[in-house]
Amino acid sequence: MAGRVLLIEDESNIAEAIRFILSRDGCEVEVEHDGRAGFARLAEGLPDVLILDLMLPGMSGLEILTALRADPRSADLPVLMLTAKGQGRDREAAERAGVSAFMSKPFANAEMRARVRALMGLDA
Amino acid sequence: MPMQTLTGTRLRERRQALGLRQSDLAERAGISGSYLNLIEHNRRRIAPDLLARLAGVLGLDMAAFEGSAAGALVEELRAAAAGVPGGGAELDRVEDFAGRFPGWAATLAALHSRAEGLGRAVEALNDRMSHDPHLSASLHEVLSAVSSVRSTAAILADTEDIEPEWRERFHRNLHEDSERLAAGAEALVAYLDAGGQAEEQVIASPQEEVEAWAAAEDWALETAPEGLASGAARALAAAMLARARADRMALPDPAFSQAVQELGPDPAALAARFGVEVLAVFRRLTLRPGAAAGLVICDGSGTLTLRKPLAGFALPRFGAACPLWPLFTALARPVTPIEAVIETPGPQGRRFRARAFCLPRHPGGFRGPELREAAMLILPEPPGAETALPVGSTCRICPRADCAARREPSILTV
Repeated sequence: MAGRVLLIEDESNIAEAIRFILSRDGCEVEVEHDGRAGFARLAEGLPDVLILDLMLPGMSGLEILTALRADPRSADLPVLMLTAKGQGRDREAAERAGVSAFMSKPFANAEMRARVRALMGLDA
Repeated sequence: MPMQTLTGTRLRERRQALGLRQSDLAERAGISGSYLNLIEHNRRRIAPDLLARLAGVLGLDMAAFEGSAAGALVEELRAAAAGVPGGGAELDRVEDFAGRFPGWAATLAALHSRAEGLGRAVEALNDRMSHDPHLSASLHEVLSAVSSVRSTAAILADTEDIEPEWRERFHRNLHEDSERLAAGAEALVAYLDAGGQAEEQVIASPQEEVEAWAAAEDWALETAPEGLASGAARALAAAMLARARADRMALPDPAFSQAVQELGPDPAALAARFGVEVLAVFRRLTLRPGAAAGLVICDGSGTLTLRKPLAGFALPRFGAACPLWPLFTALARPVTPIEAVIETPGPQGRRFRARAFCLPRHPGGFRGPELREAAMLILPEPPGAETALPVGSTCRICPRADCAARREPSILTV
């Protein structure tokens, strides 16, 4: 699959693994490790899919999502949110804020590929 | 008024009339003094066999209590029925039920009492889980490491044509994450193991671990601790020891003790005498063996960073402290001495004299940030005419239902 993915994830080793998985699948993957820097990168141009960790330094995933949905230009941007088990309340808040899909950590690599493909409108 | 209320009061009056101390009666009846205290203040229901023992020691006729025991049973059954709304219990026949089937009625009442106790325990545990940042942070750390290990290992296992550079990088990541996982899991196991011990022995966080060590040493703070479970606890203990050493040098004995005798435990006056900051005097007055004074210290967020308890003044283990503490008045008004007589809740409410002070610090100079540290000295206060400020420990376990500062409901059924 070809497409541009922005990944905002503060855990560098997880980010590296996701970048590798999606790059091998043909995606161009950009990575930011801080919420505020990630949000600034979005202002420069929207990716085809945004992968967003819930707990981030600087600006939380939920804050980024809420700001994106409030802007008509990014209201429909596909957003895959990464959550940890036990973050049920945050997950509900993200659903209310308009998240496109969730994935719980730890996740299977094939599942990550399938979710991103689906959000790009491709067959899993 | 339920008959049960009379039982405790009657026992107390009889004991006092005989000139018996509470501890003597408790010992002779085979129960703890604190449990007898609860009974005498009608805060616990009495099982018939215990009532018989107490009545025997006090030379009372059990017949005098029969009515009250039956009344207590009926009250308990009514409470059980109220706990199941729409359950269809025939409340108008509750006395008939208790009289005709006393064994079944007592069993039902006991089950209700046990269910209530378990409910309170669940609430308390739930409270602990939701307010415990140490547990939450530990779990997040472990989960993050597991996620990374799973994805990285799958890449190495599934990607046959992986470039050597990537393979090397992922091997390195795996090594890092496995070490992180081992450390996180170890810390979590140590934490949960502690949770399995008796409640009063539970160590929940590095701060509590350090405070438990300091309390065991009677706050001497002279020698490095042994056996602290976590690196964080050891680091906190080292910082505490260094600060205590500096305080002892700035406020050396016997000069400091003589000054306390002369000026009293007035931190501002003592600080002026020795030319030190006021908070150093707070620490020197309290963090020493045999000091009959409590101390709490908080940072600018109000988070308690040190808790040295004083008998009768409960300090919260989880969640934020009572917002009415003079500590927080001082936090909002830096460099202003705050003093008040405070009173704890409940029938055993006790008075204390609190002195609080907040010191702003500017480690980055004029460019900020401003950091604040506030401390509250807690001293025993004899009964007196001075109006006391009603305070608590933390909202979740404070029975003051009508408190204007209440943040959340209490789990106490008072």
